[in-house]
Amino acid sequence: MTVQPASGFTPEPRDEGRAQISACPACIAAPSAERLAGGGDIKDARIMLSLPTAHCAVCITDVERELARAPGVRSARVNLTLRRVSVDAEPGTDPADLIARLDRIGYEAHELDAGLLSATEADRQSRDILMRIAVAGFAMMNIMLLSIAVWSGAEDATRDLFHWISAAIALPTVVFAGKPFFVSAFNALKGGRLGMDVPISLAIILASGISVYETAHSGHHAYFDAAVMLTFFLLVGRYLDYRTRAMARSAAEELAALEVPRATRLAETGEETVPVSELRPGDLIRVRPGGRIPADGQITEGETEIDRALITGESLPVAVAPGAALSAGEVNLTGPLVLRVTAAGRDSSLHRMADLVAAAESARNRYTSLAERAARAYSPLVHLMALGAFGVWLQISGGDIRLAVNIAATVLIITCPCALGLAVPAVVTAASGKLFRAGLLVKDGTALERLAEVDCVVFDKTGTLTLGTPEPQNLGDLSRAELEVAAALGAGSAHPLAQALAGAARAAGVVPARVEDLREVPGHGIEGRWRGQVVRLGRAEWIGAEAGDVTATHLRIGPGAPRSIRFADSLRPGAAEAVAALAAQKKRVLLVSGDVPGAVADLAGRLGISEWHAGVLPAEKAALVADLGAAGHRVLMVGDGLNDTAALVGAHVSISPASALDAARTASDIVLLGRDIAPVAEALRIARVTRRRIKQNFAISAVYNVIAVPIALVGLATPLWAALAMSASSVSVSLNSLRLR
Amino acid sequence: MEALSYSIPISLLLGAIGLAAFFWALRNRQFDDPKGDAERILSDEWDDYPKP
Repeated sequence: MTVQPASGFTPEPRDEGRAQISACPACIAAPSAERLAGGGDIKDARIMLSLPTAHCAVCITDVERELARAPGVRSARVNLTLRRVSVDAEPGTDPADLIARLDRIGYEAHELDAGLLSATEADRQSRDILMRIAVAGFAMMNIMLLSIAVWSGAEDATRDLFHWISAAIALPTVVFAGKPFFVSAFNALKGGRLGMDVPISLAIILASGISVYETAHSGHHAYFDAAVMLTFFLLVGRYLDYRTRAMARSAAEELAALEVPRATRLAETGEETVPVSELRPGDLIRVRPGGRIPADGQITEGETEIDRALITGESLPVAVAPGAALSAGEVNLTGPLVLRVTAAGRDSSLHRMADLVAAAESARNRYTSLAERAARAYSPLVHLMALGAFGVWLQISGGDIRLAVNIAATVLIITCPCALGLAVPAVVTAASGKLFRAGLLVKDGTALERLAEVDCVVFDKTGTLTLGTPEPQNLGDLSRAELEVAAALGAGSAHPLAQALAGAARAAGVVPARVEDLREVPGHGIEGRWRGQVVRLGRAEWIGAEAGDVTATHLRIGPGAPRSIRFADSLRPGAAEAVAALAAQKKRVLLVSGDVPGAVADLAGRLGISEWHAGVLPAEKAALVADLGAAGHRVLMVGDGLNDTAALVGAHVSISPASALDAARTASDIVLLGRDIAPVAEALRIARVTRRRIKQNFAISAVYNVIAVPIALVGLATPLWAALAMSASSVSVSLNSLRLR
Repeated sequence: MEALSYSIPISLLLGAIGLAAFFWALRNRQFDDPKGDAERILSDEWDDYPKP
């Protein structure tokens, strides 16, 4: 799926295309734009749609048939494993049309930014490892057949022949299949470190070398089977590790790719839809009600209310008028706006948060995983032991180098971390799968280990413990007539408070009154006429009421006194259970929000959180988390907003909901896929079980070593012994990992 | 022992054919969508004539 033309093409059109691309600097930053610019030759428009509800054979044929009927579509192919459909279409085909078509036949579809999905690269790597496993597996089985003949007593010429055939199979295999270990060991040595791969490579090379030497001298023992088996088991561990990470990454990429960043630019010729990356300071853009502000800018036309929850954590919408400065990521609520862009892309305030994040990041990198710690203790020990065995046997045998090297090699083979290589990836694969079914996506390899150490949980409020959707609190104070009017006015506006009010009234069985001449006053509220009286629903100043510090809207009927309707954020499902379960696990729970004290105190009271902080700025949030860390706490940060990003990175481990801003999701280690937040407490439990299993696996392989190493040291270990110890420990470690509940 | 001179090359050859088949399958993206392929066989859309 490369963008470049096939090799049969003449080079000219390609160079031309490149020149065009570099003339537009934004296109380099936007791979999808490059794809469009490079279109016109062979693969023009490849549209990727996500199909979250597809699950069966009928879905595949329905979707493919429906898309094939759409004009401009050449072919469509569903990938059910990834729940995506890839459409090969003529240039100019609008994804929105295809989405509407699928919607009509009952399939939910979302456009994916194909440039953000680097699936092809991941595919290539996983296929590469699979191929090496296949080669190692093939060689291992053949050599094992030959070895069994040798172990059961083949002698002289037959044994030598079998050894030579084994060598012919094993040597190319070891070179090909073992390459990842050799490369990584070389890099480790170059960096002055002894990783897990150095003893592995040394054992493989020594085992092959000594076996060739022994075979050439008609020796009794050759370790070709051990060398290949080692490579095979370790590659399996590597593959599991890689797949867990690749799957998490591709799911995380899909979340990011769902937000195809587009903006409506006002040009001289009219409105045009452009990628956000092409916006320049000075451009005029239109933002419709309900839309997210794509770039920093100043309002030139229109009045509205702005939801800043994701940026600052404030749950109360803010009224703005021409001249006000808005930043990217805020949501326009009521009126249409025209903005003059002041900063776009990398310069916008969304990206300025990156400095804070970079500062917090250095703290994160200090974590050493259990596997690293094990390797650090293990590598020098193994090398010293092999060297010691070599020295001692050289003394005992009176200078028999062949015997001494043989024994040193056996020590290396037997202690080789076959089980250690599987110990961590097998458990992490099992645990990640379990968490994924619970609705959590683990993005980072060591996140589970870090999660197991957590003793303190910091929650953000808006969008994390609450859904960011308001619920009216005091509808009971209003008379029936007032309720009916409020319901009618609320239904006429797109403002979230008005919508919530109308929804709650409908749920309570209130029939909206007949209100005429409904008119929305952007930035203020909605107005109408009921039984000859002017009725208004909206902001306190506009109605003539007094503004409090809780979220509220106000109703006034004719000359009557204004009535306030107070709102509270609706709780995220599972929030109460999550907090209760964490308290039961004896974790310290904190609520830290950028919102006003009234709203934070109310939520803390409802959930039974005793420690809460309100009005906290992003930098203060990060500092608070850092202080907790300095005081010896292992902090789990759960947050969704841009104001949480630095704290998410600074915490020991972090979780963010899928509804969070892209920046926050990128910063966190684990993404909560569903709406329910209860799995967070379950994740802590699974993480602790995971860590226990990893440690058990280390213990199992240590036990095998404690038994096998003395045998190897006294020179009694035969190739049969090495093969048995290796496979037994690998199998028992894998079985132990599968026990994870 | 003469049997060995036939059986070993034959077993190696058979194994190598299997390996080559696996390589072919990997390169032809046969493992890209295992779930989809398992379901596609249930669809009767192209039962009567092959997909054009």
